[in-house]
Amino acid sequence: MREVASEVLILGAGPAGLAAAAAAAEAGARVDVIEGNRSPGGQIWRPEGATEAHPTTRRWQQRLLRTGVRVHLETTVVAADGPRCIYTVCGGEMSRFRTSRLVLATGSRELFLPFPGWTLPGVTGVGGLQALVKSGWPIEGKRVVVAGSGPLLLAVADSLRRRGAKLLLIAEQAPRRAVVRLARQLWRSPRKAIQALGLMARLVQVPMRYACWPLRATGDECVRSVLLQGSDGSIELECDALACGFGLVPEIAIAAYLGCDVECGAMSVDAQQQSSVPGVYGAGEITGVGGVELAVAEGAVAGTAAAGARVPVRWLARRDRQQAFVSHLDRAFALRPELRRLAAPETIVCRCEDVAFEALAGAESARAAKLATRCGMGSCQGRVCGPATRFLFGWHHDRVRPPFFPVPMAALAAIGTVQPSSANPACYQTFTMDC
Amino acid sequence: MSLPDVLVVGGGIVGAACALELAREGHRVEVLERGFTGCGTTATAMGHIIVLHDSQAQFRLTRWSQELWSALADELPGEVEVDRCGCIWIASEESQMDWVRDKAALYRSHGIEVEVLDSLGLAQAEPSLRPNLAGGLRMREDLVLYPPAAARWLVQRAVDAGATIRTGVSVRRVSGAGATLDDGSTRAAGCVVDAAGTKALELLPEPIPGLQFRPRKGHLAITDRGPRRCWHQLAEIGYLASAHTHAQTSVAFNVQPRRTGQVLVGSSRQYDRHDTRVEPEILARMLRRAIEFIPALAEMRVTRTWTGLRPATDDRLPLIGPVPGHSGLYLATGHEGLGITTSLGTGRLIADMVAGRSSAIDPAPYRLDRCLEPQA
Ligand SMILES: Cc1cc2nc3c(=O)[nH]c(=O)nc-3n(C[C@H](O)[C@H](O)[C@H](O)COP(=O)(O)OP(=O)(O)OC[C@H]3O[C@@H](n4cnc5c(N)ncnc54)[C@H](O)[C@@H]3O)c2cc1C
Ligand SMILES: Cc1cc2nc3c(=O)[nH]c(=O)nc-3n(C[C@H](O)[C@H](O)[C@H](O)COP(=O)(O)OP(=O)(O)OC[C@H]3O[C@@H](n4cnc5c(N)ncnc54)[C@H](O)[C@@H]3O)c2cc1C
Repeated sequence: MREVASEVLILGAGPAGLAAAAAAAEAGARVDVIEGNRSPGGQIWRPEGATEAHPTTRRWQQRLLRTGVRVHLETTVVAADGPRCIYTVCGGEMSRFRTSRLVLATGSRELFLPFPGWTLPGVTGVGGLQALVKSGWPIEGKRVVVAGSGPLLLAVADSLRRRGAKLLLIAEQAPRRAVVRLARQLWRSPRKAIQALGLMARLVQVPMRYACWPLRATGDECVRSVLLQGSDGSIELECDALACGFGLVPEIAIAAYLGCDVECGAMSVDAQQQSSVPGVYGAGEITGVGGVELAVAEGAVAGTAAAGARVPVRWLARRDRQQAFVSHLDRAFALRPELRRLAAPETIVCRCEDVAFEALAGAESARAAKLATRCGMGSCQGRVCGPATRFLFGWHHDRVRPPFFPVPMAALAAIGTVQPSSANPACYQTFTMDC
Repeated sequence: MSLPDVLVVGGGIVGAACALELAREGHRVEVLERGFTGCGTTATAMGHIIVLHDSQAQFRLTRWSQELWSALADELPGEVEVDRCGCIWIASEESQMDWVRDKAALYRSHGIEVEVLDSLGLAQAEPSLRPNLAGGLRMREDLVLYPPAAARWLVQRAVDAGATIRTGVSVRRVSGAGATLDDGSTRAAGCVVDAAGTKALELLPEPIPGLQFRPRKGHLAITDRGPRRCWHQLAEIGYLASAHTHAQTSVAFNVQPRRTGQVLVGSSRQYDRHDTRVEPEILARMLRRAIEFIPALAEMRVTRTWTGLRPATDDRLPLIGPVPGHSGLYLATGHEGLGITTSLGTGRLIADMVAGRSSAIDPAPYRLDRCLEPQA
C-alpha cells in the first residue's frame, strides 16, 4: 500500500472538483485530486474519443499545473477510515491518502425508472448515450427517441443531432406550463438564458412533447419501438435507440459513509460548503443538482474554505444566485406519480440480480427487500436500483459500506501493509500540457 | 386480539425456531420483533450448519441441531439455498494432523461421516488451495444455508401452525407475565421467551449477577460471481483457536462457496465492539489470510463487506432456560458463532422446558444457573 500525505483532498475532478482544486491551491494549500475516469472534466467536459481532452478541461489543467495540484486519474475511492484517511485503488494498487480537509465533489448519476423493456439493448440513459457516443459509438443516421425529464434531455438531444442522429422525439414528462414557469426565471441567469435559447433554436426541427413519457419498449435482440403516453393518447414510434433519464441523483455514498447529514438525497452543507462533519466539504451536484455554473461556484467556495482562507463575498453571492435557480428546477421537473406505475409485475428492477417488481412490492424497507430478494446486492451495489426503489416505494438507502466499488481482493487486502513510499510511483499522474 | 400463551421477543433465527416449536405444540404464540424477521445478527451470518467439539455440551447441541436441519433440508424452499457441500477443516502443518485423526475417531464413534484427507487428497478435493498443505478433515454432513431466508421460513411455518408475528414492535422490558413495549403499553402472556439476541439481557427485569455476555464482532466479505473456486465450506484448524481465544482480535481462514459462483469470505473476531462499522484494517487482515490459502481469490472482486455482532458468553455455551426468580420467563440467546446451527436445538429445548418434560439432550449445561454467582 502506498501512502500519500495531503492537506486538501478533493474527490472528483468534474467542474466542482476542478474549481475546488484551483481555489484551494491558489489559497496556498497542498492539494490532491482523485478522479476515477481517465480524464478530468466530469459529466459535462468529457473528452472526445480516446485522448483529446475537452478544451475547457485543458484550461483548468493549465491553471492547476501552475499551482502544483496533483491529480490522480483512473483512481477510485473505495474505502475510508474516517474523513482523514481515504483509500483508493489505481490499476489494482491500494493507496492511503491522509488529509486534514476533504472536499467531496462526486457529482450525480442518472435516475432510471423501470418500465417494460427498459433493459433491452439499445435502451440507455440520456447521459449514458451521450458518453457512449463521445467514446466513439456510431450514432449517425440512427433513429433516436429521448425521453424522461430535465434540461439534460435537450442538451443531449442537441449533441446527438450534431453527430447526425435522426431525432424522432424529445418526450418530457413535466407539463409544458411547469417548464414555461421555469423559463420565466431564466432572466436571473443570463448565461443560462442564452444557453437555453440556443438549444431551443438548434432543436427547433425536433418534435418535442410535454407531459409525455415512455410506457413500454419492444424489440427482440435490440429495441425496435417505443410506446409513449402523451396528453392526447398514446403514440408508438419505431426507433434504433431510446435514451431515457428521469433526472439526476446526487452521488452521496461516500458522504453518507462518513456520516455527513443528507437531506432529500443531497449532502447538506453550510454557507462555506462545510458538511455536518467538520473538515468535510461538499461541492457540485453532490449537494443538489443545479448545472455546471453552480458546480463551479460551489467548488470555488469549498476549495477556499477548505484551505482555511477567507471566501470572497463576491463568490458567495455568485453561488447564491445560481442556487436560487435550483429549487425552480426541482419544482419544474418534479416526477409525476404515474411514473411509479410503469413497471409490470415481471419488469426487472434490479438488473444485477434479476429482481422483478412483483418480488419487491410489499417489502418493509430497502434492507428487508435486499435480504429477501438480493435487490441491490449485485456488482453495482444498488447504484441503479437504489434511487429507483426510493422513488417507487419511498425506501431509504441501506447503509453504505466499503468497498464503494467492486475491487480485486488483493487490493483491499493490501490495506495496512506498509511499503516504502518511493517504491511505486505508478499511479501518480500530473497533467501535462498535451494530455 | 386474544392473549397469547407465549410471547417470543425477537424474530431472529433463535426466536423463529422457538416460535415454531411452541406453535407446533398448540400454544398460541406471538412473536414481537423490533425490525423485521431475521434483521439482526442472523442477517449477517455465514450459514454454516456445523458440528464442533470444543466441549461435550457444545458437541451435543451442535450435532443434534445439525441432525434436525438435515431432516428438514428437503423441505426447505429454494430461497433458503441449502447446499449439502460438507466442510473441510484444513491442517496447514503436519502437527495439526494429530488433531485431524483424533477428531475423526471421535466423530466416527458418534456415527458421523468423516474422512481424513492427506496432502494429496486435500489438493484433489480443493484444487484452488495453495500447495503443500498437510491435509484435512472432511465433514460430509455439514451443510450451508442462507440464514435470513431460513429464519423467514421458520417464522412462516410457525404462522402456518397458528403463531402471529408483529414486526416493527420494540420491547422495553420482559417479565414472566408479559412484556412492556417501547410505547409504554403492555402485552400479557402466560410465559415469555426472550430471544432478543445481543439485546436479550438488557430487556430482563433486573441485571442478574454473573449473567453477562460480550458482543463479538465479525467481518465478512463476498465476491462477485465467477468460476467456482471451492466446493466445500473451508476453514483452517486455526479457526478453532480463533473462536476459542479470549484475545482481543483474531482472524482466520473460513470461506464458503455460494451456489451463485460467489465466495463468502470470513472471518474475524473482536471483543467488545458495539458498533457495526466495517474496519478496513481488520477486513484486510482477514482477506490476506484467505488469499494465503486460496491464491486465486486475489483476482476476484470483492463487491460487499459487512459485520455482525455475535452474542458471546464466557464459557462459549448459549443461555437457554428459565430466568431464576422470574417464573414464566425464559432466555434463549448467547449462541455466539453457532446460533444458525443451534437455533433448532434451542427451539426444542425451550418447548420441552415450557412443557415440563425432558429433552433429547441434557439441558443442564445451557441453563442459566451455571453462570450465577453463588449467594454470599
Ligand atoms: C450529457 C450532459 C450534458 C450536460 N449539459 C449541461 C449544460 O449544457 N449546462 C449545464 O449547466 N449543465 C449541464 N450538465 C450538467 C453538468 O454536467 C453538471 O452540472 C456538472 O458536471 C456537475 O459537476 P460536478 O463536479 O458536481 O459533478 P460531475 O461532473 O459528475 O463530476 C464528478 C466526478 O467525480 C468522479 N467520481 C465520483 N465518484 C468517484 C469515486 N468514488 N472515486 C473517484 N472519482 C469519483 C466522477 O468520475 C466524476 O468525474 C450536463 C450533464 C450531462 C451528463
Ligand atoms: C460474521 C458472523 C458469521 C456467523 N456465521 C455463522 C455460521 O456460519 N453458522 C452458525 O451457526 N452461526 C453463525 N453465526 C452466529 C449466528 O449469526 C448467531 O448466533 C445467530 O444469528 C443469533 O441469532 P439470534 O436469533 O439469537 O439473534 P438475532 O438474529 O440478532 O435476533 C434477535 C432479534 O431480536 C430483535 N430485537 C432486539 N431487541 C429487541 C427489542 N427490544 N424488541 C423486539 N425485538 C428486539 C432484533 O431485531 C433481532 O431480529 C455468525 C455470526 C456472525 C456475526
